[in-house]
Amino acid sequence: MKSASRLEKVLEKGEFAVTSECGPPRGADAEVIRKKGEILRDVVDSVNVTDNQTSVVRMSSAASCFILKGMGLDPVLQMVTRDRNRIAIQSDILGAAAVGINNILCLSGDHQVFGDHPKAKNVYDMDSIQLVHSVKKMRDEGKFIEGEEIKGVPKLFIGAACNPFADPFEIRVPRLAKKVWAGVDFIQTQCIYNLDKFEEWMKGVRDRGLHEKVYILAGVTPMKSVGMAKYMKNMVPGMDVPDEVIERLKGVPKEQRAEEGIKICIETIQKLKEIEGVSGVHIMAIEWEEKVPEIIKGAGLYPRPQV
Amino acid sequence: MIVGERKPMEEIEAMIDPFEKIIVLGCRECVTVCSVGGEKEVGILSSELRLSRKQKGRDIDILEFSLERQCDHEYIEQIRSNVPNYEAILSMACGAGVQFVAEAYPEIPVLPAINTTFIGVTEEQGLWTERCQACGNCILHLTGGICPVARCSKSLMNGPCGGSSDGKCEVNKEVVCGWQLIIERLKSLGQLDRYEEYIPIKDWSTSRDGGPRKVVREDLRI
Repeated sequence: MKSASRLEKVLEKGEFAVTSECGPPRGADAEVIRKKGEILRDVVDSVNVTDNQTSVVRMSSAASCFILKGMGLDPVLQMVTRDRNRIAIQSDILGAAAVGINNILCLSGDHQVFGDHPKAKNVYDMDSIQLVHSVKKMRDEGKFIEGEEIKGVPKLFIGAACNPFADPFEIRVPRLAKKVWAGVDFIQTQCIYNLDKFEEWMKGVRDRGLHEKVYILAGVTPMKSVGMAKYMKNMVPGMDVPDEVIERLKGVPKEQRAEEGIKICIETIQKLKEIEGVSGVHIMAIEWEEKVPEIIKGAGLYPRPQV
Repeated sequence: MIVGERKPMEEIEAMIDPFEKIIVLGCRECVTVCSVGGEKEVGILSSELRLSRKQKGRDIDILEFSLERQCDHEYIEQIRSNVPNYEAILSMACGAGVQFVAEAYPEIPVLPAINTTFIGVTEEQGLWTERCQACGNCILHLTGGICPVARCSKSLMNGPCGGSSDGKCEVNKEVVCGWQLIIERLKSLGQLDRYEEYIPIKDWSTSRDGGPRKVVREDLRI
């Protein structure tokens, strides 16, 4: 084992893993994290904590992870390279490992123009692949980026994101190969609505044997409404929402659309489970964490394995 | 070339408000090519300032002058005899020019009339776009001749990110994804396999991050 991560144990055991997401609040109220943690406790293997997602200032991922860890959950520290240079990133990694955080998800992060501080200076001292490479070096060689020895090596299970729906499509498998080369252990994908395209990407992944070198957790997000589906389709870069999804939501009365969204999500998970090379599912219920247990139970993924 | 944009008139007017006698100083290099700070623009700005002052019922005495360059001592010297007769210099050069003129004439305020925007090219008549951020460590040979530092909104060395959509950047649909361009170019060079070469974490010490930079050529020093 590379770490003490529960997620790693589940995946190593060959179980279909379930992760979800906890978005920290726009304030210092720890109770918000505890409530979300309580909902997700025991229904998921690990919980990602987003890092100022869409560049909106929120409670830090590391502090939120620490709260969840204290509750007995296995948090995944999301870390974007937008806001921190290599000094801050390595420092935060050491701190996270010191308080018992076992997982990291390496991301470049949304550009700051999307957020509430669009006049900010971004950092991008490194990109997500270089971050993966750096965390692996810290863990496996016990060295900082510049080669100095680390006393007290951070043992983190290393994740990254993949968006099979972004362009250009032809480099999306090579890009995964690059992340695998850099040392990623698990991948959580962008939300999948277009299963055909995802299958095409997975075929490319299998053709290169990448599914045997990295655990791929397929991402899903339940739609709450037609408005949300349209927003995701038109406003979120790199998101692929086929018209059928929107039509299906429109096809039921307004008050039943959230329930329909959950149904679509459960059906998607069931289809994803059957795809060779998919090792688990990552459920991103955006500010809708209370629905996650229902989705997991509906998809037949409960109870979670004991590891 | 260095590309600039003229500051808004109100900002320039506020800057020169305390003064009755100014030199509007053009530069015949980059800012002439990008039509923002050459002899012609000195004339236009000076006329606008005179007109605006006249409307306010105040006088202004403007000396219009353009130098071959504002980034070389020898040209900056050309206005030395004029400087004592004026209260401020409004430079239409890039930030380097403004500062170099200020260094030569410590007794008089030197004000910027333009915002220096980037190192770029004339993509079309009236359209200038950025190409270089002067990071001090060129990797264009690795990226098909297209710079990820200047042309990717996140300066990703191993892009593109998940926000690239239809060849456009997540920041704005008007912005072309730099990594899409790199990939297309590698393809047309028959080098798409190079895409998978990992570009290691960059040494930014040659960039602005290493502090103000200088180039010393011992072979040229006197």
